[in-house]
Amino acid sequence: MLHFARWKVGLVLVVVLFGLLFSLPNLFSEQTINNLPDWLPKGKLVLGLDLQGGAHIKLQVEKEGIIEDRLEILRGDVRTALREDKIGYTGLAAKNGAVQVRIRDLSNLAEAEKKIKTLVQPVSSSLMSGGGATETSLEVSEDGLIKLALTEEGIGARVKSAVSQSLEVIRRRVDELGTTEPSIQREGDSRILVQVPGLQDPDRLKDILETTANLTFRMVDTSMAAETALQTRPPLDSEVLFEAEDPQNPTEQSNRVPYLVNKRVLISGDELDDAQPTFDSRTNEPVVSFRFNTSGAKKFARVTEQNVGLPFAIVLDDEVISAPTIREPIRGGSGIISGSFTAESANDLAVLMRAGALPAKLTIVEERTVGPGLGKDSIEAGEIAGIVGALAVVLFMFLAYGLFGLFANVALVVNIVLLIGVLSFLGATLTLPGIAGIVLTVGMAVDANVLIYERIREENNYGRSTIAAIDAGYARALGTILDANITTFIAAVILFSLGSGPVRGFAITLAIGIITTVFSAFSFNRFLVATWIRFRRPSNLPI
Amino acid sequence: MKPIRIIPDGTNIHFMKHRFWSFPLSGTLVVASIIMFLVAGLNYGIDFKGGTLIEIQTAEEVADLGNIRGKLNALDLGDVEVQEFGAPNDVLIRVEAQGGDGEDAELAQQQVVDLVKETLGNTVTYRRVEVVGPRVSGELATTGTISVLAALFAVLVYIWFRFEWQFALGAVIATAHDVILTIGIFALLQIEFNLTTIAAILTIVGYSLNDTVVVYDRIREDLRKYKKMPLRQVLDQAINQTLSRTTLTSFTTLLALGSLYFLGGEVIRSFTFAMIWGVFVGTYSSIFIAAPLLIFLSLRSEQVQSPAETDEAGNVSAP
Repeated sequence: MLHFARWKVGLVLVVVLFGLLFSLPNLFSEQTINNLPDWLPKGKLVLGLDLQGGAHIKLQVEKEGIIEDRLEILRGDVRTALREDKIGYTGLAAKNGAVQVRIRDLSNLAEAEKKIKTLVQPVSSSLMSGGGATETSLEVSEDGLIKLALTEEGIGARVKSAVSQSLEVIRRRVDELGTTEPSIQREGDSRILVQVPGLQDPDRLKDILETTANLTFRMVDTSMAAETALQTRPPLDSEVLFEAEDPQNPTEQSNRVPYLVNKRVLISGDELDDAQPTFDSRTNEPVVSFRFNTSGAKKFARVTEQNVGLPFAIVLDDEVISAPTIREPIRGGSGIISGSFTAESANDLAVLMRAGALPAKLTIVEERTVGPGLGKDSIEAGEIAGIVGALAVVLFMFLAYGLFGLFANVALVVNIVLLIGVLSFLGATLTLPGIAGIVLTVGMAVDANVLIYERIREENNYGRSTIAAIDAGYARALGTILDANITTFIAAVILFSLGSGPVRGFAITLAIGIITTVFSAFSFNRFLVATWIRFRRPSNLPI
Repeated sequence: MKPIRIIPDGTNIHFMKHRFWSFPLSGTLVVASIIMFLVAGLNYGIDFKGGTLIEIQTAEEVADLGNIRGKLNALDLGDVEVQEFGAPNDVLIRVEAQGGDGEDAELAQQQVVDLVKETLGNTVTYRRVEVVGPRVSGELATTGTISVLAALFAVLVYIWFRFEWQFALGAVIATAHDVILTIGIFALLQIEFNLTTIAAILTIVGYSLNDTVVVYDRIREDLRKYKKMPLRQVLDQAINQTLSRTTLTSFTTLLALGSLYFLGGEVIRSFTFAMIWGVFVGTYSSIFIAAPLLIFLSLRSEQVQSPAETDEAGNVSAP
């Protein structure tokens, strides 16, 4: 075990050198690193949100909302389909995950079934299409009741595409916040994890994430006063919506102005080309200017031509932002939304309009935000604990094994350098539990050396010569060390697969720590001892 | 300079005799832990129970906990805990999960943060805000439990593959013992049990197994080397041979953990506490539980083992 071929020595030294190279950037400031030549590695350990401060927000796409919206559209499709063929029906409703309709004249039933069957479509997602699954299932009973129910596959595919679309929209919105390196990932079937480091105002992020931003332009229904509609019942194709809250003067919804708005959407936010916060040149109040794309501009021109003198409503997420009266046809495709805005809320609205609407409602199911102060304190505490712990271990190893203890300590330093180098190379995230993992590795890393040294002593006590005992010590301890470390490694891997954020950071330092430990004990430490033997030719064991 | 030794050379303790007290002791502790767990329960953190955790730092040198508590109780948010956290002006506020189903519960949870921030105003610094909704906390509890069981199972398979089945079973029993005692102490002292505690338990699983495997490895080696030696004598000898290493490694690990416990900050203190406890329990169990278990699992056939039964005086020495 003590003979090293030259190429092996080279390999060990190269590995150590690389570890050093990759761990070094962590010691320097960003500026110094940028001045280094290009061929040098520059990756630093990425600090986790718990260390640098920031927000971790987990959002869930609400399945119920998606089902409701989809059923509403299906209901409309069924109505259109039946009307096209002039089939009489009653009780068209969407409930319990299905659209129901009763055909008046049973002689039309077969025709109605055939017509509605065209609405049953295969699930579009390629992953789901294996079994020829359809989005809806059709059920027709003898007494004229037709039921069009959403299937599990259909709902699954809708949720999946809603998550993908939401990811895009959220990415655009968060990018507008101008923070560095936000991370937005899909998690599981219906969740999105948003991590934004170094954020000063997490509440604003939350507002931006939670707003659906479904912007619609609709006509105000003037057939009835909104107050009357509230007390009695609004007309079938209209609904009562309230004015949006004034951020400077928050009030309960019931104290705000109600509007009776037509349900039919004339133009939606999808057709916007751009939106910018600006100031009204006359009143000097913050407003949002917008521009439609070509088809939106055409629609807008047509609508304004037909409805001169009538009020229309700009509705955002079921709240009326403003309801101006159309004074003249607007043909340029651009306009201004004025409401009760502050400069910031006008800016946020423009951001939301540009980024587009979320396809579904998102709920925050988990939130963890850490202020920059706590993160800094945690790093300091972790560093001090690490240095004190390492010094204590190093001192103890020297007291216990003398010169061999020093060899073990050098190997320990190499181990830590390698660990940090590998973590930097992988771009792994260092969390507070991760620091704990490194400190723990320091404590447990010497185990390999202890096992070897104790074995050497034992072999020596049995009467082997110094060199033979050292050789046997390394050889015999190898199996034990591998077995012992593989078991810990298994636990670390499982921890990693379970883990979220900080816990995952701990698992990865622990797992990599095990690998570097075995390497530093069996390559580097053994190399040191072998070199020492070559030069000193010892006759007595110094441990 | 002569290196110091914790365990003198030639130490020969008859560990196998100690099983007559260690097994009843461990059995009692395991049962007591389970009873504590069932009766007192664990002090689950928001990771598993859902709820809100807010860490604030007040402008004044010493936070007026009574005042904060009074203000927050007036909000009628259910169970609110207010406690000092590390420094006199550092305060940890815990608000229990709010009622309701699905989406409503999540929204209610979010409102708690807004309400607390409104009440305490801008004079305090919000160092940390954690909100875990009911759906996520339920899942975290499930994955946490599954991961501990999966780790035990994966290791069982690995040791089975590398050793004989008695070793695998012995190691898993000893490790399960450590996990149960750790849960027991958390139930007894009512220390907060959260996601990082699960991480600590899994690390304890790793550490304890590491220790057990080192002892087992030597037992296996000695069993091959001394084919005629009674099992009990082999076990004693193997433990004595590895005793120095066991204590040294435990000691260096405790040095590192102790430094983390005292200097590493309040956030990871319960995590390090669990680890320190785990090192003690894990070291104890590999010597006093894992090794003697092999006698019960009749690792060696009775015929070879029988001479040892006559050798109760214990006058054996390593060859």
